[in-house]
Amino acid sequence: MFAAALIVFRESLEAALIISIMAAATRGIPARARWIVTGVLAGLAGAAVVASSMELISNLASGMGQELFNAGILTLAVGMLAWHNIWMSVHGREMAAQAMNTARAINEGTREQSVIFIVVALAVLREGSETVLFLYSLATSSADGFRTTVNGGLGGLAAGALVGGLLYAGLLRIPLRWFFSITGVLVLLLAASMASQAARFLIQADLLPSLGAPLWDTSAVLSQTTAVGMLLHGLVGYDPQPAGMQILFYVVVLVIIASAMWWVTPRGPRKTR
Amino acid sequence: MKRLLATALLSFVAATAFAAGDEFTLTIKDHAFEPKEITLPAGKKVKLLVVNKDATPAEFESKPLGREKVIPGKASATINLGPLKPGRYAFVEEYHENEAAAQGTIIVQ
Repeated sequence: MFAAALIVFRESLEAALIISIMAAATRGIPARARWIVTGVLAGLAGAAVVASSMELISNLASGMGQELFNAGILTLAVGMLAWHNIWMSVHGREMAAQAMNTARAINEGTREQSVIFIVVALAVLREGSETVLFLYSLATSSADGFRTTVNGGLGGLAAGALVGGLLYAGLLRIPLRWFFSITGVLVLLLAASMASQAARFLIQADLLPSLGAPLWDTSAVLSQTTAVGMLLHGLVGYDPQPAGMQILFYVVVLVIIASAMWWVTPRGPRKTR
Repeated sequence: MKRLLATALLSFVAATAFAAGDEFTLTIKDHAFEPKEITLPAGKKVKLLVVNKDATPAEFESKPLGREKVIPGKASATINLGPLKPGRYAFVEEYHENEAAAQGTIIVQ
């Protein structure tokens, strides 16, 4: 039962952190709660489909289907997060001004809603499909049996959701003046972290060289299995033993999105470009 | 530019695909690894074939190697490794990682 709780906690924590940051970053967008809930439900449905067709996925691309599938999902999520952040750079000021009054809709908000939906759904899909397989494996194989597995799983899920909720509550306490800058940085780091994970799957598929594996090893200082390590992994993509290619992906995506955000940000009273 | 990149990537894929190395086999039965220690050569690419003889899915995971892969029940999967530096690399069957039988070590020399 403890094993079930721990694994489900670990998987749901990552999804919960992503959902909390997205929920905070889209503060003031009309109907965002509905889009987040719909995203979670679609992600769960998708996770069940992915888990049940894991054999099919695995056999694609000469046995490298799983790696390509994961890299594809992560890349799509990176694209969505980039789009979100660039959009927020244009509209952040209006959002900050209107965050107190959600009734006033922003015209372009409709497209942003689909971004919230897709990011949330992808996060739940990826973390959820492994959890579904795990619960299936444990429920049918261990002496624990079905009921204790489900109980443990629910406990883990509740704990993951709790940490996500705490993060969200903490973010909401940030003064509105800095709020969107700080959530913007969190989304940026999330995107870079996902890009680095995508790189890891492409290395595993043997499509990219590792460029040093691992490039460094800080697992003795801060292991990814500790609470802090787990949290840092979920928030900024901390990896104690990263491959060089992962670092390259992380930095390149960080620089590209940050430059694009800077480029589109309206500056000063007169509009440049 | 896009086409150039695609061509470069494709030829790169083709080049690496044929550079396949030696293959080693690891078996999972009753959520236990057999063998528990496997020795691989250093400095070259190798393939690890993980055969899951259980009816339930398993996940091969190694944080030190940066690898994770789900292996469906009664199926096998290939995991690309290397080139590796000499040393010891731990791996687990993630769904039963707390059980001693579901933990193993790759020794590279």
